[in-house]
Amino acid sequence: MLSALASRLNLLKQLRQGNFGDAVFKILAYFFGLFLLFITLFIMYQLLFQGVPAIREFGIGFLWSTEFDPVQQQFGALQFIQGTLVTAFISMLLAAPIGIGIAAFLVEIAPERVNRIVGFLVEMLAAIPSVVYGLWGIFVLAPFLRTYVEPWLIPVVGWIPGFEGPFRGYSVFTASLVLTIMILPTVAAISRNVLQAVPRDQREAMLALGSTRWEMFSKAVMPYAKGGVIGALALALGRAAGETMAVTIIIGNARRVFTSVFDQGATIASVIAGNFTDASGGVYISSLFLLGFVLFILTLSINVVARLLIRATSTGPTNPTGGF
Amino acid sequence: MERNKTKEQTSKEKATPKKQESQTGQRQAEAPMEHTAQSMEVNGLNAYYGGFKAITDIGMKIAPNKVTALIGPSGCGKSTFIRTLNRMHEVARGGRVEGEVLLDGEDIYGKNVDPVQVRRKIGMVFQKPNPFPTMTIYDNVVAGLKLQKRHKKGELDDIVEGSLRQSALWDEVKNKLNDSGMSLSGGQQQRLCIARTLAVEPEVILLDEPASALDPMSTMKIEDAMLELKKRYTIVIVTHNMQQASRASDYTGFFFIEDMGEPGQLWEFAETEKIFTRPERKETEDYVTGRFG
Repeated sequence: MLSALASRLNLLKQLRQGNFGDAVFKILAYFFGLFLLFITLFIMYQLLFQGVPAIREFGIGFLWSTEFDPVQQQFGALQFIQGTLVTAFISMLLAAPIGIGIAAFLVEIAPERVNRIVGFLVEMLAAIPSVVYGLWGIFVLAPFLRTYVEPWLIPVVGWIPGFEGPFRGYSVFTASLVLTIMILPTVAAISRNVLQAVPRDQREAMLALGSTRWEMFSKAVMPYAKGGVIGALALALGRAAGETMAVTIIIGNARRVFTSVFDQGATIASVIAGNFTDASGGVYISSLFLLGFVLFILTLSINVVARLLIRATSTGPTNPTGGF
Repeated sequence: MERNKTKEQTSKEKATPKKQESQTGQRQAEAPMEHTAQSMEVNGLNAYYGGFKAITDIGMKIAPNKVTALIGPSGCGKSTFIRTLNRMHEVARGGRVEGEVLLDGEDIYGKNVDPVQVRRKIGMVFQKPNPFPTMTIYDNVVAGLKLQKRHKKGELDDIVEGSLRQSALWDEVKNKLNDSGMSLSGGQQQRLCIARTLAVEPEVILLDEPASALDPMSTMKIEDAMLELKKRYTIVIVTHNMQQASRASDYTGFFFIEDMGEPGQLWEFAETEKIFTRPERKETEDYVTGRFG
């Protein structure tokens, strides 16, 4: 089999021709490329393999069961899938326009020096450990929201389904806000790089046709950068869905389906983080692994959809790999 | 300003020659393709990049419906100069201009003049073909029109055909208008960029070395198109190609830089024939006869 692979790669031919460097390079490149693939598949296999007892026990119904009762050994995923999707969605909804706006301001309007300095700061923000965001969220943001935002926010949105009920400091809403702040640097920093990579001649072409700066941005720069920006959003969404520490601290970890974002909830990541120390017994641990597998599939599908979106909407130079 | 207003109102009619006879008294007498374009005049123009002075004290009269060629060695400020003519220079970082540039007697650097309006009247084609890669050929041509007001689909179709015909590209693309602009060859892309500029019906067209990246056949096509275009437009072209300047232009300006780091100057400006046969200054003669540069 090895020799079949070797002949496929033309290794022997290259070695015969004395092309030693190329042969070595090819072997190394293949090795590392396959290594990455192996790790991904191995993690996926492990999650699924460890999840087998739970699958045996609950079957596909695990996905839409809302039971989570360690005492009765009953486990389900629906409320956590809900928590993950809702927090990720709200934070995306807020972070996407703000982040792209920051990037647009830095690249198109701010003076070069401001662009450089603020751009650097934004990238720094992305490197702050998430536990720090969580700490800040619980001791600063949550009280602040309760004291100053709740009194006027509730009368305004309290009647909308999904925003009803009492306002809690530790809630899905607060967790989503912290997530927003966490993924904002990712959106802004990558979008900024992508916008900066739009060739000058594209901007000049539109300006020379008599466009305003806004028209230049919306009709020449954004279409060109679209693929990369969607890539930035996909990356941020993946991060939001998988974020563990900050969310665990702040979301309240209520293991039930929530009907209001001001209520407490839990995400897949937070329930795993909150329960692994107590987990005993095969089905309990196995269920956590299975939850992990669900999260893996969830983020994977988000990325795949983002890429398909890029491919479907781009006719131009847009890099189908999403610019990263 | 009065006159400009009229122009904008009539731009729709101008765009489609067939309909020109209707309505506009001003244009009625003209033959469909003939049109008196506007002249330009440059006085005491200096242009800077930050603290660096790129060109100094340029004065030039650009005649309407003529081709004015700008020649000279690399780095002498030709491109900078042509970019000051439609206020594209100030788009560059630190780009700054002193002096005046008159379009039909009105200073485009005047206090209340909007550069966006200036660029609608003075179009530009760049050195490297730069079609919009996410747009089709059709959309590339109408990109500038869509910035202005709503046009009917039929009207746009006419403009697309007219503009592509004028830039000598129509026959090559008429069956694939919905293909991406990037599917074209370099020469075709450049003619697409010319068509895009023509579609917004400017008065003056600036071409910054439009053929420098193209093969001789494409260059010929662009030159041929230019001869046709000057019936309607005032044309300024920067070129490194002496034959091109002598073949296709009516006036020629020779830019020269005395020493490295000095700003570029307009060394000599006259009818093309005179520049190429009996130039007044020695440097001009050396350059056009190929002794340097």
